[in-house]
Amino acid sequence: MSRRACISLKSVVWGIALSPLLLLLYRFLTNGLGANPISYATNLLGDTTLRLLLASLALTPLRILLGISWQMSLRRLLGLFAFFYACLHFTVWIAVDHFFEWGELIPDIVKRPYITVGMLALTLLTPLAVTSTSGMAKRLGGRNWRQLHRLVYLIGLLGVLHYLWLVKKGVNDPYLYAAILAVLLGIRLWDWARREGWLGRPAWFRGGYSPARAADDMRGD
Amino acid sequence: MLIRHAPNIAPSEITDYQLYLNRRSFLIGMAALALTPITSTAVAAPPAGTPLPARRSEQFTLEDPLTSIENITTYNNFWEFGPNKDDPARLAHLLKPRPWTVQIDGLVARPRRYDIEELLRLFPMEERVYRLRCVEGWSMVIPWIGYPLASLIKRLEPTSKARFVEFTSLLDSAQFPGQRKSLFSVSSLDWPYVEGLRLDEALHPLTLLTFGLYGQVLPNQDGAPVRIVVPWKYGFKSAKAIVRIRFVSEQLKTTWEKAAPSEYGFYSNVNPTVDHPRWSQATERRIGEFRRRKTLMFNGYAEQVAALYAGMDLRRNF
Repeated sequence: MSRRACISLKSVVWGIALSPLLLLLYRFLTNGLGANPISYATNLLGDTTLRLLLASLALTPLRILLGISWQMSLRRLLGLFAFFYACLHFTVWIAVDHFFEWGELIPDIVKRPYITVGMLALTLLTPLAVTSTSGMAKRLGGRNWRQLHRLVYLIGLLGVLHYLWLVKKGVNDPYLYAAILAVLLGIRLWDWARREGWLGRPAWFRGGYSPARAADDMRGD
Repeated sequence: MLIRHAPNIAPSEITDYQLYLNRRSFLIGMAALALTPITSTAVAAPPAGTPLPARRSEQFTLEDPLTSIENITTYNNFWEFGPNKDDPARLAHLLKPRPWTVQIDGLVARPRRYDIEELLRLFPMEERVYRLRCVEGWSMVIPWIGYPLASLIKRLEPTSKARFVEFTSLLDSAQFPGQRKSLFSVSSLDWPYVEGLRLDEALHPLTLLTFGLYGQVLPNQDGAPVRIVVPWKYGFKSAKAIVRIRFVSEQLKTTWEKAAPSEYGFYSNVNPTVDHPRWSQATERRIGEFRRRKTLMFNGYAEQVAALYAGMDLRRNF
């Protein structure tokens, strides 16, 4: 990809990634946050975190499935934006929602599983953000860096659990996120198993598909 | 039972100023109501905002400032419309609160079906200002209009075997899109929505059979055309859009109890010392306020209702 194309692509991603924050600011300034502004902000920031995290996890599956790789340059940008929104989400919860009432907050972090996994996800995301620069990647060495950054799979799981364990019955959004995450991780798993040579091509694929033969196979002839 | 009397407050201090200015329209509404023949079979729903005249209760009122009608009608939990707070306001037009009947049956001397117009006229309407505490940790202060459920129950004469009252809400996925089954609704409630009270809770003077708020008929998103309001319990206990009231001898399973038995009990009294398994109930955010406030035992109605639960382990009977 040309340098110019790369810059315009990244500008588009910056615009999309910042739009939820701009929407929040606009609604804040025009008094449009609704009846429960703090809850609205917390939810919007949390949702955006998860969406960006899933977007960053979707780049590799795209390469696997479509064989394209120009999108891989967006990994760091999306990951850092996810970290940025996670920090905002956390800050609103601590500072605005609970006004630094540590006496309530700390027991909640320990006692409430949805908060525990959310905190864990944010904690694990921090070293990934810190080591996201090319310099840090060099210093760690490619292998170590890659291993460290595999934590993002776990972070994705924790993030989805955080949402799933928070909502009341009848709220289906977390299941949608869980399904997307499962597909994204599933494609990686399939690709890995294939490269390891654990997946033989299925019989119907090897010789081309023929309904008649498939039916014969099913009869066991 | 001791019922605390509220200090004297001028009605103009409690009422929203615009509404206070509109008090003449109440009188006009009252006159219109008086002129309507009782045998009216009109099925057109009163348009949103139709005044519902009521006498302001001196006994059941609060010093807390009222939550704005805008917030009361745009921030709702009404799962029949959908799980998002803005779903009810957005989809409220789908609900048709006329024609509407309420079936009364079960262990009662006079089972019968009431037309909503008849139910509205059975007893004089009162305006009462109550706190509403949602199980999610937010609260409002709402001027409801209705009459004590006890008045209706006494007229119906439940038999001596009746110990519980079951409330069923409307089942109709055309009016309530949240009741539609779809591929993407992995988790959903069991419809219709069923709630229940112990008979003594239903007979408590605080329990209000509610037809309006803020001087108007109930907006659809707030449970039109008839709901109950049980102010010392979490909001979901106050069934909306009621089509059936049944008197039974055994404690029933409510919709939320069926959905998550470890999280929602039959009683669901507001209690800051008994947490929801997943979150704390110690504090709440009053809609319109910035800082959280401490949640009060029985939502501040302990003096009136604590006796109902004397000797009960409220941690077990959550």
